[in-house]
Amino acid sequence: MSFSRFKWTGDSNLATYAVIYLIFLYVPVLFLPLFSFNDGIYIAFPLKGFTLKWYEAMIETESMQAALWNSIKVATAVSIISTTLGVLAARAFTRYRFVGQRPALGLLVLPLVVPGIILGIALLIMVNSVGIELSLVTIGAAHVLIATPFATFVMISRLEGFDANLEEASRDLGESGWTTFWRVTFPLALPGIVASLLLTFIESFDEFILAFFLSGNEATLPLYIWSQLRFPKKLPVVLALGACILVFTVTIVVFAEWVRRRGVSPAPKSEK
Amino acid sequence: MAIKENPKDFVSIRDVSKHFGAVRAVDGVSLDIAQNEFFALLGPSGCGKTTLLRILGGFEASNSGSVHIDGTNLTIEPPNHRPVNMVFQNYAIFPHLDVRQNIAYGLRREGLSKADIGRRVDDALATVKLEGLGDRGANQLSGGQRQRVALARALVLQPKVLLLDEPLSALDKNLREQMRVELRALQQKVGITFIFVTHDQEEALSMADRIAVMFDGKVRQVDTPEHLYERPVSREVAAFIGSMNFLEGKAAGMEGDTVVVDAGPVGKLLVSCGEGDAPSTGDPVTIGIRPEKLTIRNAPPENGANGVRGVLTAAAYLGERNHFFVSVDGVKDPISVASQNSRPVDYKDWSEGDEVWLTWDSAGTRLLRS
Repeated sequence: MSFSRFKWTGDSNLATYAVIYLIFLYVPVLFLPLFSFNDGIYIAFPLKGFTLKWYEAMIETESMQAALWNSIKVATAVSIISTTLGVLAARAFTRYRFVGQRPALGLLVLPLVVPGIILGIALLIMVNSVGIELSLVTIGAAHVLIATPFATFVMISRLEGFDANLEEASRDLGESGWTTFWRVTFPLALPGIVASLLLTFIESFDEFILAFFLSGNEATLPLYIWSQLRFPKKLPVVLALGACILVFTVTIVVFAEWVRRRGVSPAPKSEK
Repeated sequence: MAIKENPKDFVSIRDVSKHFGAVRAVDGVSLDIAQNEFFALLGPSGCGKTTLLRILGGFEASNSGSVHIDGTNLTIEPPNHRPVNMVFQNYAIFPHLDVRQNIAYGLRREGLSKADIGRRVDDALATVKLEGLGDRGANQLSGGQRQRVALARALVLQPKVLLLDEPLSALDKNLREQMRVELRALQQKVGITFIFVTHDQEEALSMADRIAVMFDGKVRQVDTPEHLYERPVSREVAAFIGSMNFLEGKAAGMEGDTVVVDAGPVGKLLVSCGEGDAPSTGDPVTIGIRPEKLTIRNAPPENGANGVRGVLTAAAYLGERNHFFVSVDGVKDPISVASQNSRPVDYKDWSEGDEVWLTWDSAGTRLLRS
């Protein structure tokens, strides 16, 4: 298929639609960084001048730093736990045939389609009835629940891409199951593991609704932003923070996708 | 322990079965394979040959039976505890390692010094004629080179038995024919028992010392290539190895060690009995005749030799030989005849529709029980 054969100019309706769509999609998001550099407290045109003072204020806000640190702690733990679970689950799904395999995969996906607010209420009720105190740990546990299916799918697509004979060859050449994992499976799955760590980190780092239901005294960054929206004077600082999170998130996701694709590339199958 | 010279049961497979659900992939197989033997498991796809190979490698657990190699019971040993190495069908070269690292992969466990490992890898590279390619990445290799790396990686561990799963099927045709010769030479040089799986009869006939023919999970015949071709034990084996014409009849008596067969409308035919028991008069039998053992001519044979009359239905000129199909009254399929063009001949000696005679030497045919 070759796009150059179509005349783009001839299809002006489609082009107009595409442009409007993209504006609708991205311009609101771009207002965030735009107004974060605006020297004025109100979010309105015309812009008043360039400033970095909101960023300075952001860096000096201790409660913001505490929230950032909380988010990093939770997201790091979540990414490691859910990726580990994801690797193990993906290995089971790709290397073995077992009774109930399809239903198990279906149940694993379910947290992804249950609405966050329902999941949040359900978890809150459960945590309360068991008598666990709300804290960063409960937030982390909830995030593991939604990040694990994600990690599992990243790892399944990675493990399906390489030949099961490689693990058998390693066993054949004298390695045990465990050393085979470290000498063959792990290095070959590494791009997938890195991608999964990054994506699940972001999944937890950006998550709001479960954290909202399950937080104790300590807030994560999205909760902090939510709490700050009540104070109009602090809005520009929130915008600065939002802009930083936006750049950070996009960078990580693009990088994770790059790592994942790079790893998938050359493993020529035997020529037949 | 007494020193045994090339024991005949170096690899001893006893009554091995493997079921996948209701499917008997391997059904009560017993085989003895001698030391230094080049042994082929031959059969159509789905006959259980690969499953049997994987049982030998430790990748499948048999449901019953035992496997001994060099006197040691390996039936339940995992792959990493067997003195056996495998060359996989797609070669399974580790893509994240270069050629040297691939070959050295299994040596790590032997506690050798770096220098010793280097020497062993160099030797292995030389054995498979890959000198100078040690630093290539796994993805920079051609199909033939990948096969050599897989061989070197297995042979460097000096296994007692090397298993090869369809070793040539991933190569293109020219390379495949060259590698038949090379694999055979390699086996002689390293002096290791090779067991390979193939569905290609030519591959098995040209490389193996002995061949086990498998159908439906069972071994039907174990023999040298010559015996398998000239003396198949059943119609099934005869039809699988090369091609063969079959004539049905009834045993009608003996003339010395030659059986007289009453082939109905075709007439009375003489077949040498071979090593089996002579059939009793009246037993239904099948005569098997290879296409190249038949001679086509215009006149009936002299002095009572075997001959049948038929009509030439098709003739194909194939360069080094001609292929004729002759339909004979009372025989279901046209009889196929291959004749070498050993002298300059116009194959238009005969054309379609001609009446011809087919003759053969009774020693060149095979009596099969129906």
